[in-house]
Amino acid sequence: MSSHLFIILPIVIPFTVAVVTLLLRKAPQIQQWVNLTGMLALMAVSVNLLWLVHVDGIQATTFGGWAAPFGITFVADHLAAIMVLSGALMGLAISLYGMAEMDKERIAFGYYPFMNMLMAGVIGAYMTGDLFNLYVWFEVLLIASFVLMALGNTREQLTADIKYVAINLVSSLLFLGGVGLIYGITGSLNMAEISLLLAEVESPALITTIAMLFIISFGIKSAIFPLYFWLPASYHTPPPTIMALFAGLLTKVGVYALIRVFTLFFTYDVGYTHTLLLWIAGFTMVSGVLGAAIQTDFRRILSFHIVSQIGYMIMGLALFTPVALVGAIFYIVHNQLAKTNLFLISGLANRLEGTFTLKKLGGLYAVYPGLAVLFVISSFALAGFPPLTGFWGKLVLAIGALETQEYIILAVALLVGMMTMFSMAKIWMYGFMPGTESNRANATSDDHTLLGMGNGASGTPYVTSPVMMYIPIVLVALLIVAASVFFGPVYTITEQAALELLDPSLYIDAVLNP
Amino acid sequence: MEILLAFVVGGLFAASVYLILRRNLVRLIIGIVLLSNAVNLLIFTMGRMTRGEPGFIPVGQELPPEVIANPLSQALILTAIVIGFGLLAFTLVLVYRTNKDSILVDSDDLRDEEIDPSVYHK
Repeated sequence: MSSHLFIILPIVIPFTVAVVTLLLRKAPQIQQWVNLTGMLALMAVSVNLLWLVHVDGIQATTFGGWAAPFGITFVADHLAAIMVLSGALMGLAISLYGMAEMDKERIAFGYYPFMNMLMAGVIGAYMTGDLFNLYVWFEVLLIASFVLMALGNTREQLTADIKYVAINLVSSLLFLGGVGLIYGITGSLNMAEISLLLAEVESPALITTIAMLFIISFGIKSAIFPLYFWLPASYHTPPPTIMALFAGLLTKVGVYALIRVFTLFFTYDVGYTHTLLLWIAGFTMVSGVLGAAIQTDFRRILSFHIVSQIGYMIMGLALFTPVALVGAIFYIVHNQLAKTNLFLISGLANRLEGTFTLKKLGGLYAVYPGLAVLFVISSFALAGFPPLTGFWGKLVLAIGALETQEYIILAVALLVGMMTMFSMAKIWMYGFMPGTESNRANATSDDHTLLGMGNGASGTPYVTSPVMMYIPIVLVALLIVAASVFFGPVYTITEQAALELLDPSLYIDAVLNP
Repeated sequence: MEILLAFVVGGLFAASVYLILRRNLVRLIIGIVLLSNAVNLLIFTMGRMTRGEPGFIPVGQELPPEVIANPLSQALILTAIVIGFGLLAFTLVLVYRTNKDSILVDSDDLRDEEIDPSVYHK
């Protein structure tokens, strides 16, 4: 019984916090503490869930007492539990950061309820075992993210939100169409049962068509190669707290959904679908990192790197071996930590210096050496310097590529790693090393405000001391170091996740024969 | 009946893609509405068509008759319509709000605005 409770709690907690903070509309400071308590509880529950899954195997529960293929199922396997835990970690770090960064106006207009709805949507999407229910969770997280992106009503945010909303609505509808087609073919919505029934379908062409619908719709959400253009056009507009929340959670849900459907449903023609994914992975890496090369705004560089890092995760999925899948899953967690932390650092730099433009930031190292150290840890982790997490992720993926003799993607992955280092070095050179005086004087207000890269955060927060913003950044940096040092145990857990993915019968058994 | 609906769905998809690719933002919204209706009809058709066979179990029996209308696909559409309605309302307000303090209705301007926001101030 208690195991059922722990499957439900990760969604119940953020939902409850959303409702309570909505009721506390008039008391924003209490909202902050309610939210923080909720995130701590979520964290504890997620650790417990991962422990439960690791010890007792895949957990499943159905709602309303309906037996498995009929009721809506919630399933926690290793992958889902890992994703929930790292999502909860992001939520906690961002909540701490938001206390010192999120301005009073945005809190008054409901930042906390929407943030928690977003968390609930993301976690629901990780845990659900029902295809239509997955669509519903996607909509929950989307509508919350639509509001969060527009919150504050600056015009950059509104125009960015139009692009974001339009492309995501189309993507959701394509996904819904795919769900309808799968239901028409198999007569089921339960993901475990669909996996069984799709194996008996005699027209593979029809299934491939549906697979393409899923690639396009989840591809838009996870920002893969030809479909990523909305991301760098919109992610830099909201304040750093919301930016970090999106960077840490949203695209990763898309990647999670891709991993789920391309290990559970569409494995009958790996030669076609997964080769296509491999090409997509290569182009995603390269185009993202090249896009970052010409940018001079801290946030926009990081936005393009989100795209390029997604390529590595898709690469792990496309290679479709146990080692490569370990690489993909570990890479998601690593990326959530490193990327979110870099966004948090960019927000802190903006708080300290009042700008995101690198040339104007110049010389952060001399004034704030602590911040420089934190940046070095996160950016080295992102670029893949040993012994940090990015190195381990890339090493595991490289071994996967060598095993399957995909040398081209291996070369691309390593080259993109070097180019990532180039981007990070650019931030370091312009932002942290002492700029010449003329440099800083020349880059005054005009070129900066004209480019519309001005105030991500406008009003004042409740805690004005930037020291509070250091806490989550240090915390996440320590986690990066910890995950690098204790890579052994982390590998063991992610390996379990990969083995479960490659043997869908475990998932199916856990759902259909509890 | 299925064939007729297949053509209707196809036509709706074509019309919605055409409208979404137009530059006017209001047309974009209408395109998304048509797309969501097309998808709903698709799900309806995938649930198989029956006529005059409501999904009821007659009084005194345990099982429904052999052929009944599929209630599940209709439940799915109902959920999708409600979600789509909420999203549509949000999108309309968003475009209206954006239009209110800039002269922006052309989606190409969105790109120009990203490069230089001062151009389209009202």
